[in-house]
Amino acid sequence: MVYKKFIEIGTVVYINLGPHAGKLAAIVNVVDQNRLLVNGPCSKVPRCVVNLKQIKITQFRIKMPFGARAGVVGKAWEKANINALWAETKWAKKIESKAKKASLSDYDRYKLMKIRQKRSKIIAAEVRRLKKSAKSQ
Amino acid sequence: MKAKGELQEYKVVGRKLPSEAVPNPPLYRMRLFAPNHIAAKSRFWYYISYYKKIKKNAGEILQCSKRSEPRPGRVKNFGIWLRYDSRSGTHNMYREYRDVKVASAVTACYRDMGARHRARPGSIQIMRVEEVAANKCKRKHVQQFHDSKIKFPMRRTVLSKKQQNAPRFTTNKPNLFF
Repeated sequence: MVYKKFIEIGTVVYINLGPHAGKLAAIVNVVDQNRLLVNGPCSKVPRCVVNLKQIKITQFRIKMPFGARAGVVGKAWEKANINALWAETKWAKKIESKAKKASLSDYDRYKLMKIRQKRSKIIAAEVRRLKKSAKSQ
Repeated sequence: MKAKGELQEYKVVGRKLPSEAVPNPPLYRMRLFAPNHIAAKSRFWYYISYYKKIKKNAGEILQCSKRSEPRPGRVKNFGIWLRYDSRSGTHNMYREYRDVKVASAVTACYRDMGARHRARPGSIQIMRVEEVAANKCKRKHVQQFHDSKIKFPMRRTVLSKKQQNAPRFTTNKPNLFF
């Protein structure tokens, strides 16, 4: 078992629970074994203490000294271009698609159903064609 | 006192009522940690009547103001000197806590004393709370976080719902880290 992601100063975390759920923040300092001081000036997370149980570590890390003020954190965040890099990840895209799916109206869901039926018909037709050609060979 | 919820820091100033003999009695100031200002005033009288010859009906509180944390964005080490009654005697203690606000550290102290020594809040007297510099801290559990390049993995101790509902026999090892 090899750990690839660590809690370090500057690690970008995704806040899962609490008042700032759904946002990214950078670890500014470690309070103790269970709590972190985080700040996300470019993602509207004020400087606050979060529990390790409320967060998930992302693969990103910004270069900043421990205890840095919001301005320093913001500058390092922009330099590393975290917002753009995050938007490109599969994780962020999954969150977005989940949110979209939850916000579909009944008419949208009907349209989605029809499109999925169409797609599976195309796939099934192709599978049948390949099977037939494999059998005839 | 009941240490309800998160305690708050109060500055309470009081004195004995002025009389003909003593028209300007000395003022006494206390730095208290209490759930609300009513409990703060009550605690003020408790301590003052214990240490000085002033009772509530013969004295007055001149100021009871809440103190908010000046730098809540900075992690600090707090040293707390306290005195508590155990089942068989009364003892002094020095404890250290790492927190962002004084009031949270004192709240943690009350909870900790209850947990480790079964001390109820009424038997605990917080004598002194001070921010301690990192190199002056004495407790190992606080010193271990004094590392500018601190790094530790985040272990997953609770399995995800999918893993909890996994079949009894499986060829997949559980994923125990993020």
